[in-house]
Amino acid sequence: MAITVEHLNAWYDRKQALYDINLSIPPLSITAMIGPSGCGKSTFVRCLNRMHEEIPDARVEGKVLVEGVNIYARSIKPRYVRQHIGMVFQQPNPLPTRSIFENVAMGPRINGLARGSSLQELVEQSLQQAALWDEVKDQLQAPATQLSGGQQQRLCIARALANQPKVLLMDEPSSALDPISTLQIEELISELKQTYTIIIVTHNMQQAGRVADRTVFFLLGRIVEEGETTALFSHPQKKETEEYVSGRFG
Amino acid sequence: MSTTLHPFERNTANAFQPPPSALLIRRHISNALLIMLSTFFALFAVGVLFYLILYILRQGIPYLNLDFFTKPPAPNGEPGGGMGPAVQGTLILVGLAALLGVPLGLFTAIYLAEFGRGRLANAVRFIVDLLNGVPTIIFGLFAWVLIVVPQQTFSSLSGGVALGIIMIPIVARTSEDVLRLVPRELREASLALGATETRTILRVVLPAARGGIITGIVLAMARVAGETAPLLMTAFGSTFWNTDITQPMDALPLRIFNFTLSPYQVQINQAYAGSFVLILLILLASFAVRWFTGGFKRKF
Repeated sequence: MAITVEHLNAWYDRKQALYDINLSIPPLSITAMIGPSGCGKSTFVRCLNRMHEEIPDARVEGKVLVEGVNIYARSIKPRYVRQHIGMVFQQPNPLPTRSIFENVAMGPRINGLARGSSLQELVEQSLQQAALWDEVKDQLQAPATQLSGGQQQRLCIARALANQPKVLLMDEPSSALDPISTLQIEELISELKQTYTIIIVTHNMQQAGRVADRTVFFLLGRIVEEGETTALFSHPQKKETEEYVSGRFG
Repeated sequence: MSTTLHPFERNTANAFQPPPSALLIRRHISNALLIMLSTFFALFAVGVLFYLILYILRQGIPYLNLDFFTKPPAPNGEPGGGMGPAVQGTLILVGLAALLGVPLGLFTAIYLAEFGRGRLANAVRFIVDLLNGVPTIIFGLFAWVLIVVPQQTFSSLSGGVALGIIMIPIVARTSEDVLRLVPRELREASLALGATETRTILRVVLPAARGGIITGIVLAMARVAGETAPLLMTAFGSTFWNTDITQPMDALPLRIFNFTLSPYQVQINQAYAGSFVLILLILLASFAVRWFTGGFKRKF
């Protein structure tokens, strides 16, 4: 298993957001987190790279084992966790003050992965992996904000990949994009699965159906059901899952 | 005219043109009155300011020449001379003030916006606001006790310290506001790549807030450039060229203050020219601010 979560609980100040989460995620697969707003799916993925604790007064308990290592162990620093577990956010968030190149080069620079010509290679390779290279190769020094929303999101994916992570977390990566950009991102995700373990949060059940190998259904901070995507959608075991995937609430 | 008609049976073509009634007429009149009054007072306020600037312009410009910037004041009552040392002194004093006020103000802002939480932060914020309201002569007194008395001489260093302390709360509060405006998403982008908090603040948050921070600094500098009271007991003033910061130094507001009280018409005229230069300095700073804030708004 690439990721094993054991007895994970999470809080925002006094309000508990996740209750005793136990889950295993196989390597080189796409796992979708679905559920209605406020069910804890975003909180859950933010716990997987220790971003949850960046929110004031937020707290986590439990274990998250990534390739056997508990990322919440006392000896582990959050910044190394975040280098190896990349994240793409709901809103494309390239740095507005920096160029396209500089945005992708950020991670390698922060973590000292490459410099000079090897950095340039790494940036090119990451942009190619994110299917953006052909569109931006002639304007690498242009400000990142010149790109369209879909391009910006692929730039953010390239930026995450440049850190050479093992796992890629995506928090509703296409919810702010138009249908064509969404399609491009989905194709890209399916492509990236060969190299990375991907976890994607989505409020869009069709999207989960299209891209995910496995799907996890969250409700009120608990996992209600998880399994193969096709099985979960066609033969849900629990009543709540059936009602949600058939569109009766959420 | 009947007042008992059903709303739908009004004797008008449509509901947007109700018939004139006493109430409606009263509303129209009070509406027009309020518009007239507020416009009048707004124009009056702006007019006073405009008259002031025009007056200083008219009184000052004729006496503005190259000598004004290059020569020290002439001996009392004699024609010629200028305010060279005062112009230079103001620049040096504001520079010294910025050296002290900008780092302290900026670090206070970073503390308040990024780290500060709970009681200590609230206390710091309250004290910074308090400092903002303290009469500036108090800061002059403070610098006098702290530097002038032990050194046994007035000095531009003490003046710079007094002005610098005045700058701290202005820089701190304007910068804090701008730092808070930097979207959470940008911080998260940096943190999620493995950047430390320090690196995120220095490389991502500060550059994103650059325009607004510069605006705050320039405004604070313009503000202290016109301060007179704290300089009376620190920089003191001088009629000679001086770049030694341990010695008394002239400043535009001080020279204006001295010359305005002078019995000699030459010096009074030069005081007007000095006032004009001071206003011009602050006007230029405001234009610079406009330019920077424009750049800031474009980014978000």
